[in-house]
Amino acid sequence: MENVVEMRGVSKFFPGIVANDKVNFDLAKGEIHALLGENGAGKSTLMSILFGIYRPDEGKIFVKGQEVEITSPNKAHDLGIGMVHQHFKLVENFTVTQNIMLGRETTKGLFLDQDAARKRVIALSEQYGLNVDPDAKIEDVSVGMQQRVEILKVLYRDADIIILDEPTAVLTPQEIDELMAILRNFCAEGKSVILITHKLKEIMAVADRVTVLRRGKYITTAQTSETSEADLASLMVGRPVSFEIAKAPAKLGETVLSVQDLKVRDARGHLALKGVNLEVKAGEILGLAGVDGNGQSELLEAIAGLSPVEAGQIQLLGQDITNVPIRDRTEQGLAHIPADRQKFGLVLQYSLAENYILTNYYQDPYSIRGFLQKAAISHHAEELSAQFDVRSGEGIRSLAGQLSGGNQQKAIIAREFSSQPKLLLCAQPTRGLDVGAIEYIHNQLVKLRDQGVGILLLSFELDEILSLSDRIVVMYGGQISGEVQGDATNERELGLMMVGSWEK
Amino acid sequence: MAEVELKKTKKHKSLAKSENGRLILTALIAIVLAFLVAILVMLATGIKPGNFFSALLRTFTGLDFSKAGTDAFFKPRYVGEFIQISLPLIMTGLSLGFAYRCGLFNIGAEGQVIAGILGANLVAILVPWQSKSLAVLAVLAAGLFGALWALIPGLLKAHLGVSEVVSTIMFNYMAIYLSNAVLKALPGSNTQRTIDLPDQAMLTSPWLREITGNSRLHWGILIILICIPLYNILLNRTSFGYEIRAVGFNRDAARYAGMKVKSRIVASMMISGLFAGLAGACLALGTFKYGRILPGFENYGFDGIAVGLLGGTKGVGILLAGLLMGGLRSGQALMQAQRVPLEIAQIVSALIVLFVAMQKAIDFILSRMAKKRRLEAQEMKTQEAADNNPKPAKEEEGGK
Repeated sequence: MENVVEMRGVSKFFPGIVANDKVNFDLAKGEIHALLGENGAGKSTLMSILFGIYRPDEGKIFVKGQEVEITSPNKAHDLGIGMVHQHFKLVENFTVTQNIMLGRETTKGLFLDQDAARKRVIALSEQYGLNVDPDAKIEDVSVGMQQRVEILKVLYRDADIIILDEPTAVLTPQEIDELMAILRNFCAEGKSVILITHKLKEIMAVADRVTVLRRGKYITTAQTSETSEADLASLMVGRPVSFEIAKAPAKLGETVLSVQDLKVRDARGHLALKGVNLEVKAGEILGLAGVDGNGQSELLEAIAGLSPVEAGQIQLLGQDITNVPIRDRTEQGLAHIPADRQKFGLVLQYSLAENYILTNYYQDPYSIRGFLQKAAISHHAEELSAQFDVRSGEGIRSLAGQLSGGNQQKAIIAREFSSQPKLLLCAQPTRGLDVGAIEYIHNQLVKLRDQGVGILLLSFELDEILSLSDRIVVMYGGQISGEVQGDATNERELGLMMVGSWEK
Repeated sequence: MAEVELKKTKKHKSLAKSENGRLILTALIAIVLAFLVAILVMLATGIKPGNFFSALLRTFTGLDFSKAGTDAFFKPRYVGEFIQISLPLIMTGLSLGFAYRCGLFNIGAEGQVIAGILGANLVAILVPWQSKSLAVLAVLAAGLFGALWALIPGLLKAHLGVSEVVSTIMFNYMAIYLSNAVLKALPGSNTQRTIDLPDQAMLTSPWLREITGNSRLHWGILIILICIPLYNILLNRTSFGYEIRAVGFNRDAARYAGMKVKSRIVASMMISGLFAGLAGACLALGTFKYGRILPGFENYGFDGIAVGLLGGTKGVGILLAGLLMGGLRSGQALMQAQRVPLEIAQIVSALIVLFVAMQKAIDFILSRMAKKRRLEAQEMKTQEAADNNPKPAKEEEGGK
């Protein structure tokens, strides 16, 4: 089999961290090769090197048999390498077509030839069944759709080596199946795919080979047909991992959250919530399932106070909070792990210590008479970092933007959990996290529930919803399309409710 | 193996400069580059760079080596004068910096300085107090007028999303015309100036004047000495400053955290205006003796943009940057005496701004240089390894 990519002894150092330590990696023509590892194992760094974002400090790279120096993403494009990033790199107020042509503009004389680009986008979209509206603005389309735009961007540039960084983190089960089919199509056409992921199921389902990294070091490369999920999990984490969540029956308390006939408009002025009713009791996890874009995010943002309410009422512990400021909600016991951690959850230019106090910086002991108390803030930060195992190059002084995605998420979770909430809004808490971290966060969520916190859990991963929730509501088209007990349903039933063809 | 790792990470830690270190390095490079280009300009136009630098040296230190041994060797007046001219620039630098930290680009220091001058003049002329407390009141009025002049652009930005760049530029023009109209209407004013301000309103100090050989150095120094620590403490030590910076970095996250984003935007514009207004106090009550009808902008505000950026929006940085820019302004008369056109000093100031604005490019060059050094070191190492081990493993062959 011909290797289209070979990386030999590649190392990359960052201040305080060896991100890659003499890593080897091969990609054969026409294969799907998964790159598996925990957060901070160096998967993204390795691929950023291949894509020309970072330069390796050591090692050699061969593409299609030639030794190359990939000095920039443009050089990578020229070599036929395309990358779909975990955090999308799209211009929010450009249309899909404009985003795709950006950097590879077709021109007619001095002017942009948007029509030609648009036609090509439509053609590619149809060829691979991507179903993308070329004229929609990015700020108006769902996260899942944005990912397809990123994939189209890569196809538009005629890439035959395609890197996907955690592509399924934001997708529904159906969308994941579709994506897998698309990837197999790519291979059939002679393209090669590198899949960065830590979802073992997907690797077993779609990849031909898998390379495992752990803490920057190359561990092994295996044929997926000759390995198992359990083997891979322990290779990745370095110890045996349990997939089961130990959970006692819920001890329900008073009603923590009550939402009545809630109506909310989205950015375009359409009704995103068309009269939603739900209740969360103390000591239960209410799972919120649904295909992305059916109003779940809007519901959480309305409860959190980030978007205005058109009609209806929200009550927290019996108090009407429909129109009260966010600060009041926080003080009354609301904590929120937002879906978009870089937009809402963190100030990336702030240190880890500063981010830990983002919602309570003004309170004793972090501020006294308006002055920040450095000692108390550092002490609090050291404690949280240790307790939640947040890893960073320079400890609590590291900027949040320098942390890996998983550690950023852990930092937010540490902050919100430690605020002693009564109600926790939790949107995709394990998006982009590895097995070890997911196990940890799931156990923490259950622990919080057992302490009598009401948890509203939004997740696009049915596995997560099913294994954690005491009760599950499904949203479809801005309304609740069904409610079931967590232990009395299955993936198929939920899937049907999610597309609106089953009411219960 | 672990030892090797440790060594590497250590080495990289020392290479990765702290944020302050990087800011200082960038500023120094910008200044050096500016002077180098200025030297080229002087050589190309037949001006002696030596004259330029000796004038500059005299501006900053009062020393003139061509007159060594005589009384004229050291003239403290130059030092006092250059500090005096720097004072308003440092204040407008703080003005730019404070808004910048909240993610706002306040181009309106020019107008806010004029508003501050107006406030100081009005109080000095209209309030009949006989004691020195009139000076304090006049300074406070200047700060208040500057803050109020920034209030409307702040409100427009916070509530309607109007770009502060556009609105503050418009407010600059409104400030100059309004101020001229009001000053002309004061009792005793003519078309160029108001009456002299009363002594008890002034920041001037016979003592400061005396120790600096008759310069115009005044108590504005005190304003600076209070404002720079105030600026640092407010931004870095208070929960208010924490909010301001959070809003500047990420407005969405600030809102998520329950901060009052709009009110912080307005507040930071007003504090920015306050600093600019105090620059006006230095000018109205220290530098000049009467209110002036301004024929046009005097660029204290605009030069403050350069000072704020060159100083990396840090308190001490702004102080040093303000002194540098003040010296370049102050030295222009001396340069002309040495047959160096004053435009040269202006070219240097402009070039410094230009090179500071190219910070990204300088960063890039620095990181390239660091990388090159690292690669060379690595090459030497592999060379050594090759020398020690003449038969390298041919592992590439197997893969293909």
